[in-house]
Amino acid sequence: MAQKRRELLLDPLVDNNPITLQVLGICSALAVTSSLKVAFVMALAVTFVTAFSSLFISILRSQIPSSIRIIVQMVIIASLVILVDQVLKAYAFEISKTLSVFVGLIITNCIVMGRAEAFAMQNPPGAAFLDGIGNGMGYGLILMMVGVIRELFGAGSLFGITILETVNNGGWYVPNGMLLLPPSAFFVIGLLIWGFRTWKPAQVEEREFKIQTVEGH
Amino acid sequence: MEGLISLAVKAVFVENLALSFFLGMCTFIAVSKKISTALGLGISVMVVQAITVPTNNLLLTYLLKPGALAWAGFPDVDLTFLGLISYIGVIAAMVQILEMALDKYFPPLYNALGIFLPLITVNCAILGGSLFMVERDYNFAEAATYGVSSGFGWALAIVAMAGVREKLKYSDVPDGLQGLGITFITAGLMAMAFMSFSGVKL
Repeated sequence: MAQKRRELLLDPLVDNNPITLQVLGICSALAVTSSLKVAFVMALAVTFVTAFSSLFISILRSQIPSSIRIIVQMVIIASLVILVDQVLKAYAFEISKTLSVFVGLIITNCIVMGRAEAFAMQNPPGAAFLDGIGNGMGYGLILMMVGVIRELFGAGSLFGITILETVNNGGWYVPNGMLLLPPSAFFVIGLLIWGFRTWKPAQVEEREFKIQTVEGH
Repeated sequence: MEGLISLAVKAVFVENLALSFFLGMCTFIAVSKKISTALGLGISVMVVQAITVPTNNLLLTYLLKPGALAWAGFPDVDLTFLGLISYIGVIAAMVQILEMALDKYFPPLYNALGIFLPLITVNCAILGGSLFMVERDYNFAEAATYGVSSGFGWALAIVAMAGVREKLKYSDVPDGLQGLGITFITAGLMAMAFMSFSGVKL
């Protein structure tokens, strides 16, 4: 049992990562990663919502009629997100301003819905809770990795603390402003996926067409 | 009127929902393998967006805003904290109604778009559009314009993406980048191209 719990928690980190493998919840992964602090808060918020929505949905799973399950799940998720949103507004107003609409968008984050539908509906509450935390962490891991790359090389700092002194402040590092702009997030995630799949070749997707090699050239 | 046109152009090109705010990425990546399906989904998103953003605007103005319930005799009530749950409710309901209406009155259209409609409820571009409308304090006319044009921008992006991917499948991509990886990088290049619109003002 302990082994299985560990698997539930750690499997989504690399082997079955929600972002790089299941292609879930990419929207916010791209949008909130230009600074590490915001990415960290977002990762926490998503982990919280995923874990508790899985828990509650799993508790209610035998009471929910399957024809209206989507609506019931939506209501549970939306209530949790409202909770997160209100807490952020009260205690971290600056960050909640930067996150703007993306806190609300956790509702439609496919990770939360996806785990509720695929795991919590068939499994007991304890396992569902761990699965939620695991997937939230897998999402958070990618978010933090992208955040580190973008903030360190785009602004020369981490968590707002200067690491590489930039030229503007009399240092030596010429920041790459491109990394703070939206398109760079696509490149960073694309390259991360490349890295992950080179490390774990089992995740490589099958080709639709093969390039024919011609003998004698 | 000029303000509305400039708002529309901005929503389609400069602040494209898919490419500069990354909204609706899950479906953007998953359903962009063929131009015909991408076009179907794009049109459905545009229709739903054009209906839900103005509806949510009315909901906000007459039910949720501080003092909005004055007409019912509750001038001090502020229900904005219920925003998220009501917007998603409106979206889910609208999609359901649209599905039933299409099924009953326009069966050919239903056959073409039907499979995409359930996907749209969880498409963040739709909820995102409504949330941007709230954050930027649009009035009803602006909300209607923004709904149509942001939906159009999303449709444009996904169709263009599908066009690129249809050609891309014949090219020799490194193993690890196959599929998802190269799609992300393509989207990045498209986002860069769209950024060149950012100076445009009408």
